[in-house]
Amino acid sequence: MRNTILFYLAAVGCLTGISQAEVPGVIAIRNTRIHTATGPPIQGGTVLVRDGLIEAVGANVAIPADAWVIDGNSLTVYPGLIDALSRWGIPGAPSGAAGAGGRTPSLDAPSPLADPSPGPVPILGPAPAAPPARGPEDRPSNSSWVRAQDLVRATDRSIAAARSAGFTTSVTYPASGIFAGQGAVINLAGDKPGQMVVAAPAGQYHSLTVRSFSSFPGSLMGVIAYIRQVYLDADHYQAALKAYQANPRGSRRPAYDRALEGVLESPRMLLPATRAVEIDRMIRFAAELKRKAVLYGGHESYRAADLLKKTSTPILIDLRWPERPRESDPERRDSLRTLELREKAPGSPAALAKAGVAFAFYSGGLERPADVRAAVRKAITAGLSEEQALRALTLAAAEIYGVGDRIGSIEPGKIANLVITGGSLFDESTKVKFVLIDGVKYDPAPESTPPTSSRTEAIQ
Amino acid sequence: MKKALRWAVLLAPLAAFGADVLIQNGKIITVTKGRLDGSILIRDGKIVEVAEKILAPPGVQVVDAGGQYVIPGIVDCHSHIAAESINEGSVSVSSMVGIEDVLNSEEVSIYRALAGGVTTANILHGSANSIGGKCSVIKMRWGKDTAGLLFEGAKPGIKFALGENPKRRGDADNLQPGAVPRYPATRMGVEDVIRQAFTDAKIYQAEWNDHRAKGGNTLPPRRDLKLEPLVEVLEGKRLVHAHCYRADEILMLLRVADDHGFKIRTLQHVLEGYKVAKEIAAHGAGASTFSDWWAYKVEAYDAIPFNAAIMHKKGVLVSLNSDSAELMRRLNTEAAKAIKYGGLSEDEALAMVTINPAKQLMVDNRVGSIEAGKDADLVIYDKHPLSNYAKVQKVFIDGAMYFDRDKDLSDRAEKEARRKALTEQQRQQQKKTAPAKPAARRPA
Repeated sequence: MRNTILFYLAAVGCLTGISQAEVPGVIAIRNTRIHTATGPPIQGGTVLVRDGLIEAVGANVAIPADAWVIDGNSLTVYPGLIDALSRWGIPGAPSGAAGAGGRTPSLDAPSPLADPSPGPVPILGPAPAAPPARGPEDRPSNSSWVRAQDLVRATDRSIAAARSAGFTTSVTYPASGIFAGQGAVINLAGDKPGQMVVAAPAGQYHSLTVRSFSSFPGSLMGVIAYIRQVYLDADHYQAALKAYQANPRGSRRPAYDRALEGVLESPRMLLPATRAVEIDRMIRFAAELKRKAVLYGGHESYRAADLLKKTSTPILIDLRWPERPRESDPERRDSLRTLELREKAPGSPAALAKAGVAFAFYSGGLERPADVRAAVRKAITAGLSEEQALRALTLAAAEIYGVGDRIGSIEPGKIANLVITGGSLFDESTKVKFVLIDGVKYDPAPESTPPTSSRTEAIQ
Repeated sequence: MKKALRWAVLLAPLAAFGADVLIQNGKIITVTKGRLDGSILIRDGKIVEVAEKILAPPGVQVVDAGGQYVIPGIVDCHSHIAAESINEGSVSVSSMVGIEDVLNSEEVSIYRALAGGVTTANILHGSANSIGGKCSVIKMRWGKDTAGLLFEGAKPGIKFALGENPKRRGDADNLQPGAVPRYPATRMGVEDVIRQAFTDAKIYQAEWNDHRAKGGNTLPPRRDLKLEPLVEVLEGKRLVHAHCYRADEILMLLRVADDHGFKIRTLQHVLEGYKVAKEIAAHGAGASTFSDWWAYKVEAYDAIPFNAAIMHKKGVLVSLNSDSAELMRRLNTEAAKAIKYGGLSEDEALAMVTINPAKQLMVDNRVGSIEAGKDADLVIYDKHPLSNYAKVQKVFIDGAMYFDRDKDLSDRAEKEARRKALTEQQRQQQKKTAPAKPAARRPA
């Protein structure tokens, strides 16, 4: 039976020349192992999907006559994985993904959108050389008003690779910048870009990229001062607009400022924090600005779990663990601190789980399914339970972004984003068989797909 | 030595001590109240008694100084350690930035400063700008978080700079085509920039005063983080630390300050200060200078090693600073040079790295000398602290021990062994996970 279906799918794939197949609106995966992310695993259960939503899940689900039935005897069903901080879906974005600022500014390629010059911004075209900024008022490296949901394309080639790794959703941000723009929670499939969007805006992505002294800001403290001034300006702008709207006659109107509009639209700040010192610094910074913040990076968060818990700060953990640089000098002498960070970073998720901190994973530029699984496995080896690991790849990310009511777990009424594997998601040899996104089935690309980004480059 | 120190990093203070400590059998140099052979009693981080004989109260932790020297913790009025950036060099007025935003409590130079007997330092913004960024006074509380470093209650400061550095035109060699290099390019321009900034600050101050006078019910003015610190300077709430070299620019700055009604708290480097010492004293500015460093740049040619002593004798409050993570570790011998060159007394010389910089930073009610009521920030040296054979044995801050030379030495072997083991382990891991060769293409 299963073979027949697989054969049928393969045939459709060949006929249409793409590795995906439109399927009927009702799908039942029965007699299968289900990890819901909210409860214990269900053996021999059924997941029923109708019109893009999960209709039912459990051991005793009646399968309607109109359902396309997939026998899941040798399969395991998980909620679709979520990349909590991503560039997936935006054509032309560097696949090296969102680098955690601080010590790794080189990962943050200058954004073609972060054009400080006034006037129309050519979307994804080369920006004209801008005059050097002389202060926060020039709004350097600022495209806070740019929305990822307006830039995503289902045809972006990163999407197929991500699906092959079991990801159905990403929280995608525009290319980097000090105010890079607003992210969106997107499903990694859709005929039209608008169908991909699950929720937006997700937040304002900040990198602490330092350029040179030829333009403000030219230092880390300059970047921080600049961000602080813009948020203060945004508060003032909001108050000025309110005062004006209450009493327009006889008042001078405040000038429209797109950079401040973008900041005000963003429900949270995404701030880079890899080392414990940076985590402490960014937590205090967000508190000072009275903004909700989500930190990203987190490799040294094993030392800051209590602080994160105490301040209820969520953190996104970069799955690209620090490693000894490849082809490095054999005589290379690393400091004890660097060596310990490399050793202990994969233990961060376990420490965060133990302390009760909200955390989720992001792929950090890993694209090969095997690399993502290997990175998660490292965290499991370092003490994270498989349930916690699954949560960090699904429901935790959804909850951090306030969309835990629609994605992230296998529960009735939620969006039918599922990943179906041939075994435990965390085993080295397990293959992703297919994914459902909005109830539509997609087959993975062949595993031999070479990585699109240089792995050596991605490592610090 | 330096290499060995790098690995001898202690990640937590040695502060196993409770609140009460009695240091016995020390040759105590109080700096302000003479010398004595005796004991220091510490309670709740404060010095409560200094006397020849103090009976150990029950439960007190006794430290035997073994006849060694005890001095107050060294204060460095000019340092750039423990910060992840120093200069916001893109603009001539960078008062919107501040060191506090980029303090790194885990930078190893903090520990090294401790090993040199420094317990308090003024962490300054760099000198690339006529008006630079905000400064932070810190204590070397190695192992605490960033907030734990800050010298609580210390008046905030700001860096100014005159002369060659601020008149460099930004990153002029790397400007984008058509871009204009940074203003100013001359000393005249530096003066202009400072005057203009304070003119702007006064307008801004007036806007806020006007708003407050109206009862604060209207829309407040936009906060300007560049001008706010300058208003604080005008209102005496922020100390100005001005980098300078030449006598003419020193006089210029004092005039600008007098014209705008604010004070220069310290002149930093001030290598030609001996030429205008009376004028400096009349303004009430302190001088924080080098002992005998000169000729490293065009404006440092008229320096003399008697600078500190001459300014001191003309009534200027003088300190000796390091401006360097390395020199910071031996400020005691920098002080000794003032004896050689200026004929100062030992106490006068030591004051230049303890109580004088503490006064300049307005923290002398807390640190800078060994007196009852002050913070228990103390250094034990094995030899006379003005000797270049003296080594720091123990350092206390707020009564807690943050450096112990014996422990440092005994920990080194273990740390080096761990470093080697981790290096080897990670080298092996790397071999194991070497990227596989691209899979051979399957036959169709």
